[in-house]
Amino acid sequence: MKTILKKMLDVKKEFPIFKSNPGLVYLDNAATSQKPKTVIESLKNFYEKENANIHRGVYTLSEVATEKYEESRKIIARFINANPEEIIFTKNTTESLNLLSYTIQELIEKGKNEIILTEMEHHSNLVPWQQMAKRNNFKIKFIPIKNFELDYDKAQELITEKTALLSITHVSNVFGTINSIDKLIGIAKVNNVLTIIDAAQSIQHISVDVKKLNCDFLVFSGHKMFGPTGIGILYGKKELLEKLSPFMTGGGMIEKVSYEKASWNEIPLKFEAGTQNIGGVIALGEATNYLEKIGINNIREHEKELLEYALDKLNEIKNIEIYNPGKDKSLSVISFNIKEIHPHDVASILNDYNIAIRAGHHCCMPLMKKLNIPGTCRISLSIYNTKEDIDSLINGLKKVQEVFK
Amino acid sequence: MSLEMYREYVLDLYKNPLNKGIIENPSHEFMKNNPLCGDEIKIQLVIKNNKIENLKFDGIGCAISMASASLLTEKLKNLTIEEAKNINKDDILELIKIPLSPVRIKCALLSLDVLRGALENARN
Ligand SMILES: Cc1ncc(COP(=O)(O)O)c(C=O)c1O
Repeated sequence: MKTILKKMLDVKKEFPIFKSNPGLVYLDNAATSQKPKTVIESLKNFYEKENANIHRGVYTLSEVATEKYEESRKIIARFINANPEEIIFTKNTTESLNLLSYTIQELIEKGKNEIILTEMEHHSNLVPWQQMAKRNNFKIKFIPIKNFELDYDKAQELITEKTALLSITHVSNVFGTINSIDKLIGIAKVNNVLTIIDAAQSIQHISVDVKKLNCDFLVFSGHKMFGPTGIGILYGKKELLEKLSPFMTGGGMIEKVSYEKASWNEIPLKFEAGTQNIGGVIALGEATNYLEKIGINNIREHEKELLEYALDKLNEIKNIEIYNPGKDKSLSVISFNIKEIHPHDVASILNDYNIAIRAGHHCCMPLMKKLNIPGTCRISLSIYNTKEDIDSLINGLKKVQEVFK
Repeated sequence: MSLEMYREYVLDLYKNPLNKGIIENPSHEFMKNNPLCGDEIKIQLVIKNNKIENLKFDGIGCAISMASASLLTEKLKNLTIEEAKNINKDDILELIKIPLSPVRIKCALLSLDVLRGALENARN
């Protein structure tokens, strides 16, 4: 066994879910990751020992909570190479994208009225733009897919001086494809196009550096990177965030209020109206520390080895169709179908063997329609997965085929 | 255990569905999908003198949704509109006779939903 896989065996012990559910083979990490003990402890610790509202009280408890909340912002900023005031806390990726879709009009130059997305976007990065396009009479164009990858020649044609914004996923949640977002951001910059990156599926697997990428905005969810649910991130370049109007208004986000009007607080607080998910923010800081401690390169190496193993084993299954661009072009997400067996039935039977996989359209209904399939079975791997998990899956799939024989 | 769901007759109906296909000139039809999984079922009816004289369903789905569509369409033959409208969730679960988890119950009930749509949706 490679040393990296051995090291990760210890990692699994740090996730209490596997103690509470012995034998669990959890292969749905793209939906949400499990939480390490240190993150769970952080939540517990906050509510037991430090709970107070932030940015308000002058008493010690509130000051400590505020400090920890802001410390978490710094940790996350450092993680993606941003400045702390460029990090805005939201509920999840979906809210971050909605925030942008409702406020970004102010940044768009006159005469620009096209939005470029890709055919592989999650509904979260599609439906808000459909709504935005409807409100503003914009047009949406889609970068097509070829062999489970984006067609970059077509992208080059689609992005023009009429393009207002480009919003694309870094990694596909269906195929695992790592998109060449640097290439697309480059094309966008030439045409003065605003760029938004959906990093929901990349942030926990590969290093993301917003300065290097030079994207204008980047969004992700804490719950997919070992943090709690209900906390997400919107990164935006400082000068752009300063120009944006707030999405929600109320307490905490104001500078001055009279009965007639109000003025806004500075960024990032301008975008954080009302009492925030304080415990969640602090725990997400802890999750980020945890991720950094393991090391994103170790994570990548471990998952690469598992992905290779899984692809080899799956390829040996009879009557399987795999929707994946190849091990070098994808992260540890594999979609597949077994001929004549519906994904739901596959997942139901695997559940009998304590194997959790996802079956369905993965919030990508137009993509499924394009592939002309009702859905796929999807496995997505993380740091605590092992080769034994893959072996269990393969045995499970053989059982499925026996049932449907 | 979900293996309980995959009884012989369910699998048989999945592989060899009853009343599956297309009717050229239905008097009523409706199509609907299950937003959870994206499965889509269409039901077409030929209603004459208040009676279902002919019917077909079409679509792709899991074994549970396909089996339940077969069983439901089989039961509907020669029923009056009123009788068809009175079919409810419990009747479907009775027809399919297997223990289902809350998520999979939705699969079993999709065709009932489509039927209700079809009964309201006369084509001129
Ligand atoms: C690529 C992608 N974008 C957006 C989302 C939405 O994330 P959330 O549900 O946390 O808002 C997901 C999660 O499923 C995703 O995979």
